[in-house]
Amino acid sequence: MERPLTRNIRPDEPPLALEAYRRVGGYEAVRKALAQSPEAITQAVKEAGLRGCGGAGFPTGVKWSAVPMGADAPHPKYLVVNADEMEPGSFKDRLLLEGDPHQMVEAVIVSGFAIQADHAYIFLRGEYTLARQRLGAAIREAYAAGLLGPGILGSGYGLELHVHSSAGRYMCGEASALLNALEGGRAIPRAKAVRTAVSGLWGKPTVVNNVETLCNVPHIVNNGAAWYKSLGLGDAVGTKIYGASGKVKRPGAWELPLGTTLRAIIEEHAGGMRDGVAFRACLPGGASTAFVGEAGLDVAMDWHGVQSVGSRLGTGTVIVLDDQTCPVGMLLSLQRFFAQESCGWCTPCWSGLHWVASLLHRFEAGQATEDDFDLLRTQADHLTKGYTFCGLAPGAMESLASGLDLFRDDFMRHVSLRRCPWRA
Amino acid sequence: MATLYVDGQAFSVDPTQNLLHECLSLGLDLPYFCWHPALGSVGACRQCAVKLFRDEGDHQGVIVMACMTPADDGTRISLVDEQARDFRARVIEWMMAHHPHDCPVCDEGGECHLQDMTVMTGHVHRRYRFPKRTFDNQHLGPFVNHEMNRCIQCYRCVRFYNDYAGGTDFGVFGSRDHVYFGRAADGVLENEFSGNLVEVCPTGVFTDKTLKAHYTRKWDLQSAPSVCPHCGLGCHTTVAEHDGVLRRVQNRFSADINGYFLCDRGRYGYAFVNAPERLRRTSLRNAAGRLNLAPADALLQELCTRLGGNMPLIGIASPRASLEANFALRTLVKPENFFLGWSAVEDACARTMLAVARGIAPLASLAEVESSDAILVLGEDITQTAPRMALAARQAVRHAAFAKAKALGIPVWQDLAVRQAAAGLKSPLFIASVDATRLDDAATECWRGAPDDMARLGFAIGRRLSREEAGGETFPSAMEGFSQRVARALAGAARPLVVTGSSLGCPALLDAAAHLVGALRTLGLPAKLALGMPERNTMGLALMGGESLHTLEQATQKLPACALIVLENDLSRRIGEAAADRVFAQAGLTVLIDHKRHAGVERADYVLPAATFAEESGTTVNHEGRAQRFFQVFSPPDDIQASWRWLRDIGRGLGREPCDRWTALDDVLHTLEETLPVFHGLAQAAPEATYRRHGLKLARKPHRASGRTAVHAHLDIHEHQPPTDCDSPLTFSMEGHQGSPPGPAIPVFWAPGWNSVQALSHFQREVGGTLCGEGPGLLLIAPAQQVPEFFQEIPPAFVPRDDALYFVPAWHIFGSEEQSAGSPAVRERIPAPYVALRPEDAARAGLAAGDTAALEVGAVRLRLPWIAHPELPQGVGSLPVGLPAMPWLMLPAWGAVAKASR
Repeated sequence: MERPLTRNIRPDEPPLALEAYRRVGGYEAVRKALAQSPEAITQAVKEAGLRGCGGAGFPTGVKWSAVPMGADAPHPKYLVVNADEMEPGSFKDRLLLEGDPHQMVEAVIVSGFAIQADHAYIFLRGEYTLARQRLGAAIREAYAAGLLGPGILGSGYGLELHVHSSAGRYMCGEASALLNALEGGRAIPRAKAVRTAVSGLWGKPTVVNNVETLCNVPHIVNNGAAWYKSLGLGDAVGTKIYGASGKVKRPGAWELPLGTTLRAIIEEHAGGMRDGVAFRACLPGGASTAFVGEAGLDVAMDWHGVQSVGSRLGTGTVIVLDDQTCPVGMLLSLQRFFAQESCGWCTPCWSGLHWVASLLHRFEAGQATEDDFDLLRTQADHLTKGYTFCGLAPGAMESLASGLDLFRDDFMRHVSLRRCPWRA
Repeated sequence: MATLYVDGQAFSVDPTQNLLHECLSLGLDLPYFCWHPALGSVGACRQCAVKLFRDEGDHQGVIVMACMTPADDGTRISLVDEQARDFRARVIEWMMAHHPHDCPVCDEGGECHLQDMTVMTGHVHRRYRFPKRTFDNQHLGPFVNHEMNRCIQCYRCVRFYNDYAGGTDFGVFGSRDHVYFGRAADGVLENEFSGNLVEVCPTGVFTDKTLKAHYTRKWDLQSAPSVCPHCGLGCHTTVAEHDGVLRRVQNRFSADINGYFLCDRGRYGYAFVNAPERLRRTSLRNAAGRLNLAPADALLQELCTRLGGNMPLIGIASPRASLEANFALRTLVKPENFFLGWSAVEDACARTMLAVARGIAPLASLAEVESSDAILVLGEDITQTAPRMALAARQAVRHAAFAKAKALGIPVWQDLAVRQAAAGLKSPLFIASVDATRLDDAATECWRGAPDDMARLGFAIGRRLSREEAGGETFPSAMEGFSQRVARALAGAARPLVVTGSSLGCPALLDAAAHLVGALRTLGLPAKLALGMPERNTMGLALMGGESLHTLEQATQKLPACALIVLENDLSRRIGEAAADRVFAQAGLTVLIDHKRHAGVERADYVLPAATFAEESGTTVNHEGRAQRFFQVFSPPDDIQASWRWLRDIGRGLGREPCDRWTALDDVLHTLEETLPVFHGLAQAAPEATYRRHGLKLARKPHRASGRTAVHAHLDIHEHQPPTDCDSPLTFSMEGHQGSPPGPAIPVFWAPGWNSVQALSHFQREVGGTLCGEGPGLLLIAPAQQVPEFFQEIPPAFVPRDDALYFVPAWHIFGSEEQSAGSPAVRERIPAPYVALRPEDAARAGLAAGDTAALEVGAVRLRLPWIAHPELPQGVGSLPVGLPAMPWLMLPAWGAVAKASR
């Protein structure tokens, strides 16, 4: 089984430095890309069927195709790497950034070339200090080797790469809020009045892609679209870094063919549930996806499979709920996070999420009534897509709405017992 | 036009607008908060949700925000859809979760947009049972009160203050349900337009602090449409009174002039009307030389007896008095004895401005300033002399952003999207000034110079435009470079504009600006000129014509045999106290008609208390030559009456025609029109006193005015008949027409279900468009059709001197204008007297930081603290003009500066 994204990553070992990275074929994609036209790279990415791994799954090549190209295109153009990995339960980008920073740099150069970007920014989660150090070292090496800066490897293409450490808001993971933050403004989402590819950062053509998404690009350039497609299972293409957290035996992250089943991830790779606890449900793609119960475990973890059981692939990092953990408590913990991370821009989000968290706290404190359950339902119904300005609150409602369905009895036991049943 | 289907009914709408804008324009009730007609859409509050259907067959539909959805042809929406209505009620519920439930005692209650929208959505039952969030409030200075617990996080305040008005001392702090709108720390809001927060805020976070000090509910206020008396722009205001006290001034929308916003001087300058020290009673100087109160009738009789049949009268007019008052004076004293009441310098500037406007340069309205796509500000610091014009110029630089947005397919109403796409892109705005101005941050490039050098700059640009040789004149290379960039920008614009004014007392600047506009027009461009004028009726007085005080000063020998009538004029502010005293001392007797107590009162033999702008109706002419009517708000107490009535009374006593026949304002206007053709049509500048709506006069008080018979019941149980108003179509009563009269006569914006200022949209043809009924005022000046030979006299370059500095006047929005300086709130913002020096010049004079400067300007010696203004040109200093604590100085002037001895 091929693991292109993580092939150079060895747990507890420092990442490959430039020379070592080059010895295993590193920066070969840069050389290959510079010998082709930018459009050819975009076409290869399109053909490979690469989709955004940040959660939305938008076809990467299609996104790039919207960037104005040619002599009349506005400059500077920007490539922004969304490395603000703040989705609860997700740690896949951290693995890539800390484990193989040169792969990230190479991915930026090749992708930047495809859209003819002049500047690239890696917008990095503030807490990822080790990733920052390692990226910094890799970028310095790349500059010294002529892989960054003007005239890369003697070609006519130049690219400046900067790392920007976020001041730390979940909201910055939303691409348009990220751009506002990068410009020095408040991290509030932008109205989608114009495509970012046409007018994004400082009003210039901009592409924002997730870390994992971009890391695939050098491999597609090196090995071709057909090879990339062959990596997936069934209709799915490529590999995916899946993760698992919760009371499983071996929490962690693994690069596996896209389309691996949820059961395989939890039972084979994560080693199944810890002794004494049983699987109850899981959030398959991070905190902004709906719960999947036992019955959904055999779906393929790809873009379509998870949707068939009412959830989403999201970031592909599974949060497992066991039978010894209070589901209301888990929802409270999640919703507190979302309420805290609301940017305060639109009313449903800033006021509704706070209300949701307060109501869940009331259940946990044993003070809730059945009416409060209906109120939670009302909030879940009204904090959905189209009602809010961006996807934060609707994402938060995916776990809540599905949780209200799945765990109704647990909620009612909080009401009848006037305490959390999981606490003495 | 496009067709929009709302709940199955077809409407014709503007497809370049959004659904909310169009629904409101159609008169449909759709609640909203974050959207504002002048600030555009951002989609934050989610209140204006409607159901959008794909086509006729779609019955499912999706919820969209009306403010964020274009009104494309064939769009089908529903406002009454159950899901949309339910969601709108939820949005209110979310807001009200944290909003105080104290409407009955809240000072916004009764005119609160949040209150109106809550009622509109039907949300009544409270389900949120947790503690509300709370905030600390800030002290924001004398104008604006801060009550953050009321905030609903609609972001309008910061979008107005920072994005629209260019403020930098206000912002958004925090996130989630704890967003804070205020300053980093307590302190005075620095922006000149801070008072608009009061109207922009849809609830009571920002309220009028001066109203709070003498609070009255909106329904108890008696209101009238007025025109701001604090500068020459003539912005439209709604002025309100209760129980003999003027309570507040609000913006009165006008599409051509001030739009939705007013400057803080206009909003907070009103309280001089209530000042206890103002003139309220008729008084008379007795034999012992003391001023004693005297009944008006007896005083007038005595005065007329003394004047006899043939004592010559000399009248001193005033640019702060109405046309009617000035004309009444002119009629009474005869044109040859009518003096314009301003200095030789003021006179020269006013004459030049009028000549320029008549000869070459069409004058721009504020709306035209805003629509200009390239601007040169030549010399005038409009942020201080004509603040609302500065706000318009700040918006004008956005045309480049609009063009880029258009090219990207972003509608201009998508406010943040346009700003983000523009990323700081600006249309050309060049500022040439003596010193740094508060508009510099919006400018493409700034240039500093002495007044004459700025005039030279104007000619240099003009020469470049007309590709003429400079007639032997050479200009320094820095000036050439700048003038080249300005010329290129102006010549490349579709609607170029030159802004200047009289504040520097430099007619050459006005000539230069006219020369420039002429050169642009010769190129076939529709260039316009915008003029900053210091007083509300500067242009009106210039149009009336007459000699200046300088001429009177030359002819004092004829004064002893004459009676001097001074109309609403503090001569010490025009020619200095010494010169004014000489005039008073020479005059046989002096009659002063004024509301302000000033040095002249002590020199007058007869004092007649004049009405302020709020106590009389009248007409003024603004900077673009637009005659506008301001209406009396309330009947003044004591002996106060309109100046023209005092003059009429004197005329009657002397049997002088025709003023003895005047009984109402329209009589004066009709005589004025007949006598001076330049004012032809003036009476029609607003509805005349005979105007009736459905047979009724227009009520100044609303239906809900309460306590009519109760307020004074402890003194008198009788209900007195309200005073009659023969000067206007308005009544001092709740009785009368309450609907929507023609634009210039709307006493207050109020509509069923719309109790806040947002009711305005019910009075507009379309939201943001002109008011129903006729347009505001009457334009009196039309420039010549042909561009004549324009001014060619280029002043010599400014040469700094070793022994002296050239002092220019520095104008202050708060302090330089006479009337507003009498308002306590404004007084708090008036700077202390100072002299501003370039640090190198100060060092040459031996001044170190903290030293006191000793100045000698003309005959005046002064000791003042000095402040460093590094942007002043070499050899030029500046002195604040008009501040109550500053002596009058003839500026600009050369003066000596040295370190003051202790």
